[in-house]
Amino acid sequence: MSSKTINIIVKIWRQNGPLAKGAFEEHALKDISTDSSFLEMIDVLNEWLTIKGLEPIAFDHDCREGICGMCGAVVNGTAHGPDKETTLCQLHMRRFKNGDTIVIEPFRSQGFPIVKDLIVDRSGLDRIIQAGGYVSVNTGSPQDGNTILIPQHVAEQAMDAAACIGCGACAAACPNGTPMLFLGAKVSQFALLPQGQLEAKKRAIAMVMQMDKDGFGNCTNHRECEAVCPKGITIRNIARLNREYLKAAFTIDH
Amino acid sequence: MQLDAKIPEGPLAEKWDKCRFSNKLVNPANKRKYEVIIVGTGLAGASAAATLGELGYNVKSFCIQDSPRRAHSIAAQGGINAAKNYQNDGDSIFRLFYDTVKGGDFRAREANVYRLAQVANNIIDQCVAQGVPFAREYGGTLANRSFGGAQVSRTFYARGQTGQQLLLGAYTAMMRQVAAGKVKMYTRREMMDLVVVDGVAKGIICRNLITGEIEKYSAHAVVLATGGYGNVYFLSTNAMASNVTAAWRAYKRGAGFANPCYVQIHPTCIPVHGEFQSKLTLMSESLRNDGRVWVPKAKGDKRHANDIPEAERDYYLERKYPSFGNLVPRDVASRNAKQACDEGHGIGESGLGVYLDFAEAIKRDGLDVVLRKYGNLFHMYQKITDSDPTKEPMAIYPAVHYTMGGLWVDYHLMTTVPGLYATGECNFSDHGANRLGASALMQGLADGYFVLPYTIGNYLATVPPVPTNTNDPAFEAAASAVRDQTARLLKNTKEGKAGQTVDHFHKELGKIMWDDCGMARNKAGLEHALKRIPEIRAEFWDKVIVPGSGQELNQSLERAGRVADFLEFGELLALDALSREESCGGHFREESQTEENEAKRDDANFSHVAVWEYKGQGTAPVLHKEPLTFENVTPSQRSYK
Repeated sequence: MSSKTINIIVKIWRQNGPLAKGAFEEHALKDISTDSSFLEMIDVLNEWLTIKGLEPIAFDHDCREGICGMCGAVVNGTAHGPDKETTLCQLHMRRFKNGDTIVIEPFRSQGFPIVKDLIVDRSGLDRIIQAGGYVSVNTGSPQDGNTILIPQHVAEQAMDAAACIGCGACAAACPNGTPMLFLGAKVSQFALLPQGQLEAKKRAIAMVMQMDKDGFGNCTNHRECEAVCPKGITIRNIARLNREYLKAAFTIDH
Repeated sequence: MQLDAKIPEGPLAEKWDKCRFSNKLVNPANKRKYEVIIVGTGLAGASAAATLGELGYNVKSFCIQDSPRRAHSIAAQGGINAAKNYQNDGDSIFRLFYDTVKGGDFRAREANVYRLAQVANNIIDQCVAQGVPFAREYGGTLANRSFGGAQVSRTFYARGQTGQQLLLGAYTAMMRQVAAGKVKMYTRREMMDLVVVDGVAKGIICRNLITGEIEKYSAHAVVLATGGYGNVYFLSTNAMASNVTAAWRAYKRGAGFANPCYVQIHPTCIPVHGEFQSKLTLMSESLRNDGRVWVPKAKGDKRHANDIPEAERDYYLERKYPSFGNLVPRDVASRNAKQACDEGHGIGESGLGVYLDFAEAIKRDGLDVVLRKYGNLFHMYQKITDSDPTKEPMAIYPAVHYTMGGLWVDYHLMTTVPGLYATGECNFSDHGANRLGASALMQGLADGYFVLPYTIGNYLATVPPVPTNTNDPAFEAAASAVRDQTARLLKNTKEGKAGQTVDHFHKELGKIMWDDCGMARNKAGLEHALKRIPEIRAEFWDKVIVPGSGQELNQSLERAGRVADFLEFGELLALDALSREESCGGHFREESQTEENEAKRDDANFSHVAVWEYKGQGTAPVLHKEPLTFENVTPSQRSYK
């Protein structure tokens, strides 16, 4: 591990509430270790602000291992920053050069009202899951796990889709502000597995309806979501969602 | 404090059946009249919320994050154990039970561990039914791998994301109950206190993290599924928001705290890189299946690893433990890494690291095979450290990972406060002094899906099914105490006093905990910690800077409250470690070791659960002992030579 340090300038979004007027604030940061993660760089800024008696930047984060989906911001115009398949917490400062200016702003989407600074309200994603993103099975004594065989490649495809961490970067990157990649991933996981197929039709329609209700946009194949997804979810999942939706729309029994 | 573990009489294998049969039942029509508060939405909390909702109870579920799906269970990589014996390799419920009791160094209750092994198989079936995409064999059956030194292959997994997939299973089941109106979700809420009325748990006080409002919630029973306390060390593999506050407040309201000194320190984490490091990252211990651990033979050798010739390397685990080699249990591997570094053989700038080398595996099996097994871990390692483990050895060092201690619970998972339950990592019950790999997920889901839903009814059946409210003065008293604490935390900054940030004090505490109550402990060190912690605590209250107000989203204030509780809790941990004058599992007292420097238990004097009772601010807590008796296994000295 090399331990270099760099000096940078951050332009970071400050906004004191959903309806408050926001603006960029500029800070010069000195001697940032290139081994630091991006969030540790914000920690350093916050410690400095606190000592100065100023309010630190509010930002969401938790596991700092790239799996909980809590963190996220737009860095120099890209959700989760410049590295492919990387959450903000796994972005490291060695990615930046001495003297760089880094612009940091919250995820922006019609469906994600700003709470404070970099924190946004992503509860719309939970409501989409509540609409049908589950298998209706009660806890009890289901049959033995090996009763229904699932081909390995199908299980793997389902896992590819299930890897979504629900961070919302897809909606933030999309010009239409749609979380269709998130939605497509959940619909795909269950459409692929026999356990989920019984409710496939109802699920696809209910989840899309909820997405519309929450003010999110729709997919027009810009593929921006795929480019920023930290878990490498492909838009094939949106294609599968569309197929499931169409199939359901034409054949569902009301 | 009365400790009645309520373990049913009779043969081990029949105890759980007996308990279920003797439990009182709640009339199905009455279930809708009961409310249950569940704090935490990790595996233990989400599974309980979903299941109780399905049964017809009204659940109020609370989480600290913006969504219940983000609880730290999500970070578990390796897998979940169950004695399905799908591999036909001789596994059985009794073997899973035995391995778990032995792995815990004979400091867990037989009856609880046996029940855990019994219900583990149901967990796998339940998760498959929910659509959890477990790994499969070509023929479509569920795949297994061996893990954590077990001699059978009993670990089910979903790539390196098993915790995430199991949590999403429980989360989606819970979301279904939210849609059905049986679970009401309260996100971005932090539990600040437990409300006890006439000795019985009746509700909680929360801080709404968005508005800052102090809120009161009532219910017929309260369940804490709030995880472990590893962040008392500042640096750990826990998530940033993981904290002890809920459990600590319950302790201060009368719940016994058991074995706080049992902390698991995981051997394969990425070493600390600098003073601004905020957390540590775990690398799955499966890496030790092929990686060889070594340090330079010469002290202070700062050459690049690849420039150190074979003859000048010390593969110390292989040398000391010829039969287990690099696969010794977590506690043994961690202690040996510390020893090598203490003796001056540590690597890297800090000298706090050892090598984990894949060169031989790559030469033997080919790069392809090694990458297929560990590619994602290598990728993660490279992203964090900027070093390629296929070209030079990984640097690793132990880090705090899991806490076996927690709130004392009886066989029903009820604490010493009637109506208050603790599940998952938050309780102390199943792992003894050391947890085996792939057992945390098993315990969290066992508690939530298959134990609590049976035992909580036994309590609720004794509580009148009348609506609850927050009118009792105890609610307002607790809420106003929380408001007072907030005011105290904000006071220094309001008065314009110069001071230090919350993190500054947290780091000070963490350093003491790590140095004096870490991988190896001794009397002098623990006494030093017991002297220093109150000093840091006093300084914290005198000097901490917390900008902003209490009536808004204020992350500094959130952290300050958590650190204030860690500063009290750390003292109890050190006290427990001091009073347990033996070594067992993750608790290594230097005074109690064999001639070969291995942990030496003292069954004659310490075969008990240490349960601490709060006696008020400034008064020493009282130690109670629940004796541990072993009727089905014989405690033996662990040996990995």
